[in-house]
Amino acid sequence: MAILTAKDLAVGYEGQPVLEGINFEINAGDYFCIVGENGSGKSTTMKTLLGLQSPISGDIIFGDGLAKNEIGYLPQQSIVQKDFPASVYEIVLSGCQNNLGKRFFYNKEDKAMALANIERMGITHLKDRCYRELSGGQQQRVLLARALCATKRLLLLDEPVAGLDPQVTNEMYSLIKDLNNEGLTIIMISHDITAVLDYATHVFHVTANGAEYMDINSYVNSDLGKMYIRKEEQ
Amino acid sequence: MLDTLTLYLQFPFVRYALIVGVLISLCSSLLGVTLVLKRYSYIGDGLSHVAFGVLTIATILKMASTMVLVLPVTIFFAILLLRKGQNSKINGDAAIAVLSVGALAFGYLMMNLFPSSANISGDVCTTLFGSTSILTLTPADVWVCGIMAIVVIIIFILFYNRIFAVTFDENFANAVGTKVNFYNLLIATVIATIIVLAMNLVGSLLISALVIFPALSAMSILKSFKSVTIFSAISSMICAFAGILISILAGTPVGSTIVAADLALFVVCYIIGRIRG
Repeated sequence: MAILTAKDLAVGYEGQPVLEGINFEINAGDYFCIVGENGSGKSTTMKTLLGLQSPISGDIIFGDGLAKNEIGYLPQQSIVQKDFPASVYEIVLSGCQNNLGKRFFYNKEDKAMALANIERMGITHLKDRCYRELSGGQQQRVLLARALCATKRLLLLDEPVAGLDPQVTNEMYSLIKDLNNEGLTIIMISHDITAVLDYATHVFHVTANGAEYMDINSYVNSDLGKMYIRKEEQ
Repeated sequence: MLDTLTLYLQFPFVRYALIVGVLISLCSSLLGVTLVLKRYSYIGDGLSHVAFGVLTIATILKMASTMVLVLPVTIFFAILLLRKGQNSKINGDAAIAVLSVGALAFGYLMMNLFPSSANISGDVCTTLFGSTSILTLTPADVWVCGIMAIVVIIIFILFYNRIFAVTFDENFANAVGTKVNFYNLLIATVIATIIVLAMNLVGSLLISALVIFPALSAMSILKSFKSVTIFSAISSMICAFAGILISILAGTPVGSTIVAADLALFVVCYIIGRIRG
């Protein structure tokens, strides 16, 4: 059973659709990549899946017992965060906010989970460091650890390697792949076609004329896929 | 000098001024960190001008308690400003500027059209710079202020984790189901209340200083949200206390002396921060 299904979904702002006719099914364990031109509606689609904005029409169906607040999200960094005085631990712990419920403070389990995810991302030595002093790659690991506190099943990533150097980019991808191997479902917006070909199990390709959803093998052999891969590899 | 101080401290109005001053500085510094980080440093200025404008109307209407009108209207505008209209045609920065200048002009205009006393410039000066009002507090004012301060502190402590989450990353908080709009509303309401109260202390012009300086001082030397919050609260109280004492001893205006103390601390912290890299 699919954990997330989009049915005739149209997304956009103020009643103006940016992208229409979105149909796909994401199953547990999928590595689902959203690719396409800038401004074609990739981020808007992801924001709609996250419930940050409402769909223009159509449905998003959560299945297999996945609750709407069990989603981990790695957003693109905002300017606000660049000079934010917060320790790594404080930020990762804030990923547990959906566990708070009616409580005001984090409990022992929340704190243990934050520490475990800090360890999982290999940043235990940075635990008490200030977020704004970290390198781009380290900051992404912090935000990934936070996302992991919010979810055990579904992770949405919005261009997780934007602005990272090649070596750090590869480390980031293998981290995400490890998480996928551990059973997390991945939905990722990516500009990086080589990563898509290496890791994705399914591709959602957005163009100005609409969107196509395929598994990776059909995508590689499709006209759309061939064209895009050739263009990107040049 | 100590003798003068003990002499002055025997007057109840001096003690009231100290209590109220310290409490208001504490409250304004608590939310200052959030406002500075959310790029709303100037909201204190904008809202205090709104409060000034409304205050002139309340005075003209000869309302017995001006608070009844000033507080709700200021809260309304605070919510309006902090509600992040993603698609709004005027961005947050410009909206605050428009409101700030507009309300100030409107208030001054009203004061001139319907003068409530012969000394208009004196009235304006008092409202803007709060020059004497802190020394004319009644016991009732002190109680109101004390209760408000306690409420603000309790709200801040209880919602500390959520305020942090919403300040650091609104989108993430929203995505995992935190009621971001509610917390923005809460922050707006609390900040508006503090500003209306703080007008008594430093006047509407200098409120921004109480909101911004302690947060900036703390942010330049400290590295975690918790330590920044605690430091700005404590330093703000110390500056208010010192500022009031100095103003009594040196006969300087209370509001500007407090702000001068905050500014001095900020310069020290900034230099320390720079030296340490």
